[in-house]
Order: sequence, then C-alpha cells, then structure tokens
Amino acid sequence: MANVGIVIVSHSEKVAEGAADMVRQMVGDAVPLAYTGGNSEGGLGTDVARIMDAIDRAWSEAGVAVLVDLGGAETNTEMAIEMIDETKQQRIVICNAPIVEGAVIAATEASGGSPLDIVKQTAEELSPQ
Amino acid sequence: MDFAQSDDFGACLGLWAGSWIREMAMDVALKKALIEDCAKVIAEHADELTSLDRAIGDGDHGLNMKRGFESLLPDAGSLASRPLPDMLKAIGTQLVMKVGGASGPLYGTLFLSLAKEISGSPNSENARTAFASAIEAVKARGKSEVGQKTMLDVLAPVLAAWDHRAGIASHLSETARQAAEATIPMKAIRGRASFLGDRSIGHMDPGARSSSLLIATIAKHFGA
Repeated sequence: MANVGIVIVSHSEKVAEGAADMVRQMVGDAVPLAYTGGNSEGGLGTDVARIMDAIDRAWSEAGVAVLVDLGGAETNTEMAIEMIDETKQQRIVICNAPIVEGAVIAATEASGGSPLDIVKQTAEELSPQ
Repeated sequence: MDFAQSDDFGACLGLWAGSWIREMAMDVALKKALIEDCAKVIAEHADELTSLDRAIGDGDHGLNMKRGFESLLPDAGSLASRPLPDMLKAIGTQLVMKVGGASGPLYGTLFLSLAKEISGSPNSENARTAFASAIEAVKARGKSEVGQKTMLDVLAPVLAAWDHRAGIASHLSETARQAAEATIPMKAIRGRASFLGDRSIGHMDPGARSSSLLIATIAKHFGA
C-alpha cells in the first residue's frame, strides 16, 4: 500500500512552502506531499478550495495527515474535509501538532509505511496534552 | 411581504424566514434585497470590522467578510429565485469558499445549517428551530460556547429574545446591538483574540459586531 500523504496548511504560503521543503529534505519523494498557504487573493489566510485541492494532490489510499498552523487553518481544514467525497473523509486526519516539526515527523513516520493513526499519533506526541 | 403589523418578532429573527401569516413561498424581490443589503452593510462597515479585528485579532475580518458577501452580488438574482433552503445552502457554500478567514467556515456553517432545517415557506416556529440548530452548528464548528467573546455572544441572545419576548423587529436589532456591546468587557477564550488573554478585554469582538450588523439589516426588512 502507498504511504500516507502529508498536507501542510499555513496562513502563509512561505511558511507552508518552507515546511514542505524541510519535509522533502527528510523523506524525498517517499510520501505524497502538498502544501497550501494564503487566501484566495494571495494574502495571509487559508482557503477551503485550496485546502481541498492540496488534499487531492497528496491523496493516498493509505490516507492523508494534515498539519495546520493557527485556528482558522484548522477550521477551514475541517470544513474542507467535510466537503470532500465521503468515502475519503475517514482517511483524512488533522494532527494536533506544531506545523513544521509535526510535518517533518509525520512524514518521516509515513515514509516507513506506517498507517494513518500511527502517523498522527507520532506527530501529536510532540505536543503532549 | 409586510411584517410591520406583526407583534411576533420571531419571524424577524428568522434570518430570511418567510411569512407564517400567509404561508407562502418567500418573495424573490425580498430575498434579493436581503442579499444585497447584507453585502452593502458589510461593505460599509468593513473598515470598522477590520479595525476591531486589528485590536484583538489578525485584522482581516472586514476585508474577508466584504470579499465573501460581495461575491454573492453577481448571482443575487439567481440566488433569490431559488427556494429558500437552496438559496441559503448556496450562500453558505459561497461564504465558505470566499471569506477566507475562520469566519468563512463559521458564517458558512450558519447558513448551511439554516438551509437544512428551514422550509421554503417557514412559519415562526420552523424559522426559530432552524436558527437554534444553526447556532449549535456554529458552536461545533468553532468548538466554542457562549461567553467566549465570539459571534455566539450575539446569536444566542437573539435566539433567547425570540424565545421569551414579543415585540417588533426593532427589538431584534437592539438585542443584537447590545449583545455585541456586551462582548467589550469579555475575555476572549477562542480564536486569535484568546492569544491576548486579559488584553482582549475592552474591545468589541469583530465577529459579534458583524453578526449584529447582519441581524439588524435583516430585521429592517421585517418591519423594524
């Protein structure tokens, strides 16, 4: 089975792109990866349509783990997930983890073939509740 | 449609509810005017909303809301020609896709939830039930409750007034206005403003303000 995909959703395209660069440096092309940052006009913010598109680009039958930065990114990602095909929804999770560290660790875990729940859990161990 | 003679302001709170007096489908011209006037009031107050948001948030609420509501205008006629639930669903989807900030999914959820519960020609009870469900949906979307300095602090008092008071639509506007004012001394628990902790006290919540503006605008069409 394909590796879990990783999606990075930041308010800033530069942050999202930079985090994705760091993921690529760690895991190369071993995991499907997509990022999005900014609103529909290119300013700071997040955009549901762009998030849906990023999830689609990083789609894997093993599922997709999404890393977000601030509140609106999470809310918009939750909305995006609800608007995606129902058969896929259960295979998309948001990781409660710092966006940069979480993305790198989640991707590293995913690159070893770990299932979605383990990828999420590993990322979230970064931020104990 | 004339609600001026009604003493049940429940319908005024109905967020685009139709007449329970005549039980007829909501008038196309009225629906179009509601869309246009909501976009207008948001545009007129965009700077104020942004200024409120700059004080305790990321300063994008006015621009985001303006972009979202103005994106409805080119389609206002065709939106208004749809049955009320379809229209509300289309508006909700558009707001989700266009607003951009956290207020996009929050306002989008409000309208999408209204669309699920409301009938094409709602009576007061149906409209109230739909509004109550929509508030619950917004709470779930924002993982928030009343008293945390958010739009809920306007929506919930408006629903409460609907439940327990009788009057004309001016009461609705006034309830919403006072509720928005009442967020000033609150400490933010949710959203970007919560990062400020006690420093969020002393500023009106921008989401509460935009909610009160929209409710007042809608109420005006129902006889206020």
